Amino acid sequence: MTSEKSKSLYLQQRSSLLDWGRSGEPMIWINAAAVSLSVIAVLGLLLLLAIRGFGHFWPADVLRSEVISGEESRSILGERVEQQQVSGDQLRSAGISLVGPGPFYSRTLFKQGNRDFLGADFVWLLEEQLHEQSFPDDVMVIERLEWGNFYGELQQVLHDGVVLADSAEGKAEVWEIFQQRINLALELREQIHQLERVDIGHINYDMERLRLRERGYQLRDELSTAAQAELAAQRAELDIEYKALQGQLAALYTELNRDSYVALLADGRAVTLPVAKIVRAFQPNAMGQPQKVGHYFSKLWEFLSTEPREANTEGGIFPAMFGTVMMVLLMSVMVTPFGVLAAVYLREYAHQGLMTRTVRVAVNNLAGVPSIVYGVFGLGFFVYFFGGELDALFFPEALPRPTFGTPGLMWASLTLALLTLPVVIVATEEGLSRIPRALREGSLALGATRAETLWRVVLPMASPAMMTGLILAVARAAGEVAPLMLVGVVKLAPSLPVDGNYPYLHLDQKFMHLGFHIYDVGFQSPNVEAARPLVYATALLLVLIIALLNFAAVALRNRLRERYKSLDA
Amino acid sequence: MQTHAIDIEALGRKPSAPNTGADPAIKVDDLNLFYAGSKQALFDIKLDIPKQRVTAFIGPSGCGKSSLLRCFNRMNDLVDGCRVGGKVLLEGDNIYDSRVDVSSLRRRVGMVFQKPNPFPKSIYENVAYGLRIQGINKKRVLDEVVEKSLQASALWDEVKDRLDDSALGLSGGQQQRLVIARTIAVEPEVVLLDEPASALDPISTLKIEELIYELKSRYTIVIVTHNMQQAARVSDMTAFMYMGKLIEFDDTDKLFTNPAEKQTEDYITGRYG
Repeated sequence: MTSEKSKSLYLQQRSSLLDWGRSGEPMIWINAAAVSLSVIAVLGLLLLLAIRGFGHFWPADVLRSEVISGEESRSILGERVEQQQVSGDQLRSAGISLVGPGPFYSRTLFKQGNRDFLGADFVWLLEEQLHEQSFPDDVMVIERLEWGNFYGELQQVLHDGVVLADSAEGKAEVWEIFQQRINLALELREQIHQLERVDIGHINYDMERLRLRERGYQLRDELSTAAQAELAAQRAELDIEYKALQGQLAALYTELNRDSYVALLADGRAVTLPVAKIVRAFQPNAMGQPQKVGHYFSKLWEFLSTEPREANTEGGIFPAMFGTVMMVLLMSVMVTPFGVLAAVYLREYAHQGLMTRTVRVAVNNLAGVPSIVYGVFGLGFFVYFFGGELDALFFPEALPRPTFGTPGLMWASLTLALLTLPVVIVATEEGLSRIPRALREGSLALGATRAETLWRVVLPMASPAMMTGLILAVARAAGEVAPLMLVGVVKLAPSLPVDGNYPYLHLDQKFMHLGFHIYDVGFQSPNVEAARPLVYATALLLVLIIALLNFAAVALRNRLRERYKSLDA
Repeated sequence: MQTHAIDIEALGRKPSAPNTGADPAIKVDDLNLFYAGSKQALFDIKLDIPKQRVTAFIGPSGCGKSSLLRCFNRMNDLVDGCRVGGKVLLEGDNIYDSRVDVSSLRRRVGMVFQKPNPFPKSIYENVAYGLRIQGINKKRVLDEVVEKSLQASALWDEVKDRLDDSALGLSGGQQQRLVIARTIAVEPEVVLLDEPASALDPISTLKIEELIYELKSRYTIVIVTHNMQQAARVSDMTAFMYMGKLIEFDDTDKLFTNPAEKQTEDYITGRYG
């Protein structure tokens, strides 16, 4: 301590790396690097999902080209999807004769569509085999209800087999008439959908309830002739209504099926196809930027707002979004009161001894149980045991068909509520333990009972902590898929769990879920190439929905925090 | 702290009228208090707290003065493993009788704590709290009580324009006066003050002391304090406690100028504590 150096107040010149290490600066750098890495990882993930997913809706230009491999030559029409570099050896061993010098050749994945004529939607082609590339304006892309996209050139529009318009008379005119017929078909399909799903669905629902009532009478031995007559009368009424609707429906279908069109495939074949199966038709090469942007948003809206079609590889994901949000909301409604009650007992009333400590450890450990275990428990206990008992008690007339004794929205929400219960309990307990003793004493000293103190002072102040618990619960539940596969999620639900039929919220119905949708579309679909962009888009949407739910809860929590900020905070 | 006995006159204590009522507000009879693990905190305490007077408990840290105070509204019930032997009579009724409703006892014996502890609610709701839990929700009644209580605690003029603001926005001294207003809003007979000014600055302390002086015409006040000048300034009677025992209990004037016990004299002249 007597050296010159230690007496000086000013920083000495750093003499070595060791000094730098002692200053603590490397640690700061390491910490900062860890944070940056996390941020980059998250942003990168979102960016990847966004680019891969939402690029899909942009109308790509359609390429027409001659494919010449060896002696053979054929024309193709399609969109470029992806490019790869492949080694020549690999290609040669696959029996492909190569022209270029190599060693690497670029190959392109083409979406050629026309699965009904060409067999596969996607095809890999070597760049060096593509000749006479062009982007003709009159190539059209048709999204169809069946068989995926159609690529070709429009020749004729037919009505009852009679030519309405021919491209020989003018390409613009025939395109315009074609669009008119498509819009007409869309309108008809909308009417048909309304009739089938809503009106006839309603009648079917009423019929089913009549059947259940009759069965109920039978089971209770109350099926008098008067009751039978009444049921028969109601049934006859519904039958008449049904027949009328059926007639309307038949007329609409005939009307719908009258139009067809003739189009040329890439190889020059002319095919005749029904207009009734068209979702939309457009000519991407002829579109300007504003039109493309319009098309993009209309596709995006379709993705967000409509039902999936073609084994989930086309169309929208609205039912899955709806199911996810619905399930999470129901889960929140179930888990919050339950978790808060349990936490209040553990922290406020239970004697703090070995027993409570054991319970606490057990609760904490529940949070670590793999979610599939909850799924198995939910299936065994909730669905088969509990649901089965419910059916026997309240829905005997529907048996042997189960009402609640089968996976459904209610059991899925309940299973996830159980899964997230530990999080809510732990967070709420944490919040309760942080409320200053002085405040409880202040309330008690004014003559409030413990219950009044709890209700008027402690619980409001602990509400931000409860919200924290709920946020964690939502974050966990919304991303959970494995247990849901056992207790209620299906790949395609015929209807939403909320509709216009009494009792409006159908807790017994199966539902769709974004997480399961990703798995199903990505790995279980017959057309993986076509579905891949949808997987990315769905994944991004799932992340966004969870983030949105979380932001809402965080905003609510911050408001509560502001209101109940504690004394010494 | 100080090394000289306290000069009562120099502190400017306002003299109070002699207590004519014979009945004590609180009569403590052979009170023993045990904490968990049979650690005894109070030994055979016996004293009478006169009505509408200020009684101060002084003594070194850990002498049991706060424990004794907390016996008067059974706040010690909240401590796990705490047992009480003997009697505390409030207007002749033993508050440790098994039939006693603790809530109504605490309504009659209010308490103000060392650290201001307003609820995270509005100023108005803080004062109305005690009434609301009694089921009184009539706006007219509440308005009246809130104004009266805030006036009695000398806070009305400072907060009358912001009754709906959060009580947490008040200064420490204001918060403590708000807590006093909250306590007297339920019209208690006895107000217990547990070192009410120890967390406050000198000006706020002075205001609290003036308030105590004002309040004693209507309430029996028991105050625990570390600060001997404060005890001398505000109290009529003073009890000196040491190691869980009541050493001396007498008129404040007498106790500070002419203590009967050697231990009291040692303490007030600053020889220990």
